[in-house]
Amino acid sequence: MKTLTRQGPMTPLLALRRRLPASRMLGLCLLVGLMLFGWGVPLLGGADPYAQDLMHTLEAPGALHPLGTDHLGRSLLARTAEAVRLSLGLAFLSVASAVTIGLVLGVAAGWRRGWGDRLLGALADCVLALPGLLLVLMLAAIAPGSFWTLYLGISLVLWVEVFRLVRSVTQGLMASPQVQASRLLGFGRVYLFRRHLWPALRPQVMTLAAFGAATAILAVSSLGFVSIGLRPPTAELGLMMTELFPYYQEAPWALAQPVLALFLMVLGFILLAGEEPK
Amino acid sequence: MGRAILSLLGQRLVQAGLVAWVVGSLTYLLTRALPGDMSFRIAAGRYGYEQVNAEAAAAVQQELGLDQSPLAAYLQWLMDLASFDLGRSLVSGETVVQELSHQLGHSLSLALTAVVMALVLGLPLGLASGLRPGRWLDRVSLALALGLRSLPPFVVGIALVVLFSLTLHWLPAAGHGSLSHLWLPSLALGLGLAAVSSRVARNAMADVAGSDYYAFSRLKGLTGWQTLRRHGLRNLSVPVVAFLGVQLVYLIEGVVVIESLFAWPGIGHALVHAVVARDVPMIQGTALVLGLGFVLLNTLVDIATLLLDPRRRLA
Repeated sequence: MKTLTRQGPMTPLLALRRRLPASRMLGLCLLVGLMLFGWGVPLLGGADPYAQDLMHTLEAPGALHPLGTDHLGRSLLARTAEAVRLSLGLAFLSVASAVTIGLVLGVAAGWRRGWGDRLLGALADCVLALPGLLLVLMLAAIAPGSFWTLYLGISLVLWVEVFRLVRSVTQGLMASPQVQASRLLGFGRVYLFRRHLWPALRPQVMTLAAFGAATAILAVSSLGFVSIGLRPPTAELGLMMTELFPYYQEAPWALAQPVLALFLMVLGFILLAGEEPK
Repeated sequence: MGRAILSLLGQRLVQAGLVAWVVGSLTYLLTRALPGDMSFRIAAGRYGYEQVNAEAAAAVQQELGLDQSPLAAYLQWLMDLASFDLGRSLVSGETVVQELSHQLGHSLSLALTAVVMALVLGLPLGLASGLRPGRWLDRVSLALALGLRSLPPFVVGIALVVLFSLTLHWLPAAGHGSLSHLWLPSLALGLGLAAVSSRVARNAMADVAGSDYYAFSRLKGLTGWQTLRRHGLRNLSVPVVAFLGVQLVYLIEGVVVIESLFAWPGIGHALVHAVVARDVPMIQGTALVLGLGFVLLNTLVDIATLLLDPRRRLA
């Protein structure tokens, strides 16, 4: 792709358009749109997501509250934006940590087999023994209602997949003729990683990261929905659905908002990942 | 064959041990992390806040071994677990094993119905789209699968309740007891499973239908149906069954959330309630059963793939 960009003047956006097929581009656009919504709404001013107004509960969308109000008269525009921000922020944070840790440990374990490799493998087996949500749920039980426990639990589940992928790819590449030739020529580790490992790892790690973000968002909302995750009055998508479901018949548009936000977010990440899941 | 199965069982046994250790250790941490004086808190949970006195707290302390050093208590905790002593629920006072034996049947019937629904809905759709990849049925089923995969099971559940209970009034929204209560929760779980398995079946079918042996069997004069039955089904069943193992994660996670939504009295519902009530022995018991169930089902999937595919027995 580098040769392509060198041939002629090309704006960065056009280069990106060349690189990504239409469905992945659509996913990226969805996510950028959601990010603009989540971080943009508070910049425009507007209501406090926690300010109650019991005289105006379950109002239909109107001039004062563009997306209506919930059962406590809180602005749904502000709350949905806050919830989107929370989910995306948590997903980015935990995916970034999981990818960093998985990449470093995976390359280290695949580079040279030994007791360190076996130890990390055993640790990965421990995490994978249980379904991920169960592990996050038990960690959430130890410190209920905490953002950081959720972050820790989700990262703990996500790094394992990155680690296993990176480790097996690294193992294969380290035995390949081109890497051995580079090593014989005396190139350093950083060069080996940048020239040989990273180009092979990047697309697969990126796909895993996008799926990981979808997993993170689904886990947070699932726990919120069964009232084990974050606590009220936090604006969180799953929690909002639990709160608004009893008012479905009076205010169907209110329940539709967190559902739509969650759907678009997960769809965005799945489209961005580009491949069908393994 | 025998050796392949033995080594497989050995691996899964190790996994089962890991599940027990991880669950045991996490629940032990949980007992230590309860704020305040643990014995008073547990006594309050058990007897109600008015009935708590120093005597009750001391009894709780003695029963749960709260006066030991942390390490000794941890070893004791794991020893109890290893001897299948799961203790009593702090809320109901019944033994955990007794509670679990009530709930397990409900969870199993829900999970089994969901898997059957997923196969009934997903397989024919997947096979039909795999036989003609790229045609409109393939595209529609891809879009459906993508949409369903972007919705967690509880959102599918909410949509089903809104449609079938609140709008059409065909089926009850929650509860259990009659067959009509089973429809919505198992459909909510089954749709998500069907979304993925239809795509797996489609890819497997497309691979098989594009293969040389498939073309040859058509060439020698077998009808489309005969070719599918003789040369197609067994070959494509291997990836489909193997993928069921991956989907088990979705099934177990879905059981926890869906049971809570539909007030279905199974293990997942009990786990959520135990976490809310901080009923540590019940958390341990339910998480253990879900984790071990995950291992057991995985083992069954592994054995099924060995039986279906003789080539794997040699490896």
